[in-house]
Amino acid sequence: MTTMSDPQQGSFRLSMLLNDTRYRSYTFQFIALILLIALMSFLGINLVRNLAEAGLNISYGFLNVPAGYDINQSLIDYNSQSSNLRAAMVGIINTLLVAFLACVTATILGVIAGVARLSKNWLVSKLMSVYVEIFRNIPVLIWILMIYTLMTAVLPAPNKFRGDNATSSMLFDAFAFTNRGIYIPAPVWGPGSMIVVATFVLSIIAAIIYRRYAVSLLFRTGKLLPMGWPTVAILLVPTIVMFFIMGSPIALDYPELKGFNFRGGLQIGAPLIALWLALSVYTGAFIAENVRAGIQAISKGQTEAASSLGLRPKRVMNLVVLPQALRVIIPPLISQYLNITKNSSLAIAVGYADITATLGGITLNQTGRAIECVLLLMLFYLTISLSISAIMNVYNNSVSLKER
Amino acid sequence: MSDTHAASVPYVRDTMLPQHAPPPTAQGPVKWVRESLFSSIPYTILTLAALYVIYLILSGFLPWLLGGVWTTSNIRECREVLDGVQAGCFSVLTERWNQLLFGIAYPQDGYWRPTLAFVLLFVAVSPVLFSNLPRGLILFTVIYPFIAFWLIWGGSLLVPLSALLAFVVAYVVYSRIVKTSFAGGLFAGLIAGIVTWFICGFITPSLSGVLALEPVASRNMGGFMLNMILGVICVSLSLPMGILLALGRQSSLPIIKLICVVFIEFIRGVPLITLLFVANVVLAYFLPPGTNFDLILRVIIMITMFASAYIAEVIRGGLAALPRGQYEAADSLGLDYAQAMRLIILPQALKISIPGIVNVAVGLFKDTTLVSIISMFDLVGMIRGPILASTDWNGVYWELWGFAALLFFVVCYGISQYSQWLERQLQTDHH
Repeated sequence: MTTMSDPQQGSFRLSMLLNDTRYRSYTFQFIALILLIALMSFLGINLVRNLAEAGLNISYGFLNVPAGYDINQSLIDYNSQSSNLRAAMVGIINTLLVAFLACVTATILGVIAGVARLSKNWLVSKLMSVYVEIFRNIPVLIWILMIYTLMTAVLPAPNKFRGDNATSSMLFDAFAFTNRGIYIPAPVWGPGSMIVVATFVLSIIAAIIYRRYAVSLLFRTGKLLPMGWPTVAILLVPTIVMFFIMGSPIALDYPELKGFNFRGGLQIGAPLIALWLALSVYTGAFIAENVRAGIQAISKGQTEAASSLGLRPKRVMNLVVLPQALRVIIPPLISQYLNITKNSSLAIAVGYADITATLGGITLNQTGRAIECVLLLMLFYLTISLSISAIMNVYNNSVSLKER
Repeated sequence: MSDTHAASVPYVRDTMLPQHAPPPTAQGPVKWVRESLFSSIPYTILTLAALYVIYLILSGFLPWLLGGVWTTSNIRECREVLDGVQAGCFSVLTERWNQLLFGIAYPQDGYWRPTLAFVLLFVAVSPVLFSNLPRGLILFTVIYPFIAFWLIWGGSLLVPLSALLAFVVAYVVYSRIVKTSFAGGLFAGLIAGIVTWFICGFITPSLSGVLALEPVASRNMGGFMLNMILGVICVSLSLPMGILLALGRQSSLPIIKLICVVFIEFIRGVPLITLLFVANVVLAYFLPPGTNFDLILRVIIMITMFASAYIAEVIRGGLAALPRGQYEAADSLGLDYAQAMRLIILPQALKISIPGIVNVAVGLFKDTTLVSIISMFDLVGMIRGPILASTDWNGVYWELWGFAALLFFVVCYGISQYSQWLERQLQTDHH
């Protein structure tokens, strides 16, 4: 409150600490501070006493001790002799991997569903609202477990692909859907493949430069260069040519049935797929609502004004509606990304080795270092959350309407 | 006008034709079908694709649902009865019904107690939800928590009764003093309540047999009941805490503001599961040695903290959305901070925040399933643990998961529909 009393005449009295608005705020803050310190020291003293009683101390030495457990899905080198710190690193990378994958697919799904929900086609829009309501109103944990069950209990075991009267077969001889995960062809990088990749990166840059040039030419002279097919040509032709010049250095390693299991190719484990799909469809429903709200927030007058200026419907969408709708959509979208990252901690329910399952699960149980593990775990998620909200604040400031 | 026309045009109609009905293709259901389903070729393709999807889903789902078996006692019997037909073994639901709803360890002859508490919950919340009901019902809402506690946890009725007495005494003292000073009333009420509670604490142990139900320990709660208990308690506790945190974050006192900001941002930055880990394995280190806290109580504390941080952010949005003039008007009426907040600011801010609060409540209710990860046997925990692991029902996945999904869907969808209805009711501007 900004109220001010009349300046008091005379000297300071003790009762003014309670009755005078100038001093009362200090009294309250002082009391709050004392209470906080009391609470903290109560907890701290208890912690010290409990640790002393159990003969423990706070130490992070366990991070360098060999972890002693295996992780089935890891993007970096890891074996059971690696340290607990290494296991935590594997967990962090796995968390980021599933969060990234789920963010991408959830966005695609959410945008399609959100736009389709506004469709004039009654059946499609109703179907999409059913999707949104069903997936929003059922806990994500149940979705994760259901999709995991689908992966492990319904998909055939690898030995069902064997023999003359196999009950299952591979899709295009390249993809195998088994209860141990999905096997897809893996790229094999031969000598010279880096040159092909570099060519592709350069082509992307060239394509962007071409589009910039075309736009600036349009603005300067009014001359309209074709955009679509030259971009595709710039992107693909040099890379394909380089691919054959280098003698096809990139090959695909197809999964093959050897013995009881598939060999070769890339195995994507059932836990990862369950988590990825569940987070995508669940968060996709929320994103669909955000997208719908964003598009509906743009008043009809904007569309009509743009049409009366002579813009074609596609241009109206690209130049008038979308830039304004994005301003509304992106902040909740980013908080949905944060939710995906935090919900990925449910990996522990299906045994996907993310940071919660490695550091907060097996490492915690094996070393008994509960306080240290949970603290590090929270620190990791806090770092991610705070950095994403910092980025979001910068973005919000840059797109917010500039008012005088 | 008509003269010049009459000269140049041979025939001018001077009577109106009777209105004709539009052609059959432009009215009624035909028009609707044409416009909303088959207005163009891409739309027609979309419609057909959607129809095919619906057909696929229904053709797989309906026979499974309608052909299901409801009366067998284990999965082998069920498979025999089905005889190779693809249909559901819903008998798992009938056979394990009580386990799904109440968990394993709740006393069998006491199932009526949580059921009654659940039914009374509707009576208790209805005066809060619907403002056109008689106001006297709110009295029942006030005493409901004590009744529900007695019904679910059992023990002597005197314990919740003395807690109620403490609250009544606190309220009487508060309402006497609040006219002179809000803070004074609050503190005096708090002290009076605590004193009454302690005095009663001397009397109740000697009368523990009076009106006693069989006591049930917290660890024996389970099934969907546990989800409901956690959801209801944590939402109702986190609302006042969220309001306090939001006010603290908006306050001009830097130390209080800092405390609230750090608390809110910390809680919102970590997943709930880490807080549950804290409740499960860490919290005991921070309590005096020898304290034996229920796991369920520790979980309630953590989930309440979690929810209150989110509710605080929602209410902060409501506070920020109020025009500055409202604050200044309250100041110029000479109201102090407590009066201004209670009488002017909060009623409006809370009204704006209702949809957000309901969203948080629905999210929180869904998140109560996470306790299954720290091995508590809520609905999901029951299904994953005792039921799917038993030899009788190992392999009956979809019936169980479908049942769990249905229960959560009914509750969450109902709450969100209520919130939309309430938003329409509270719209005071006409447009």
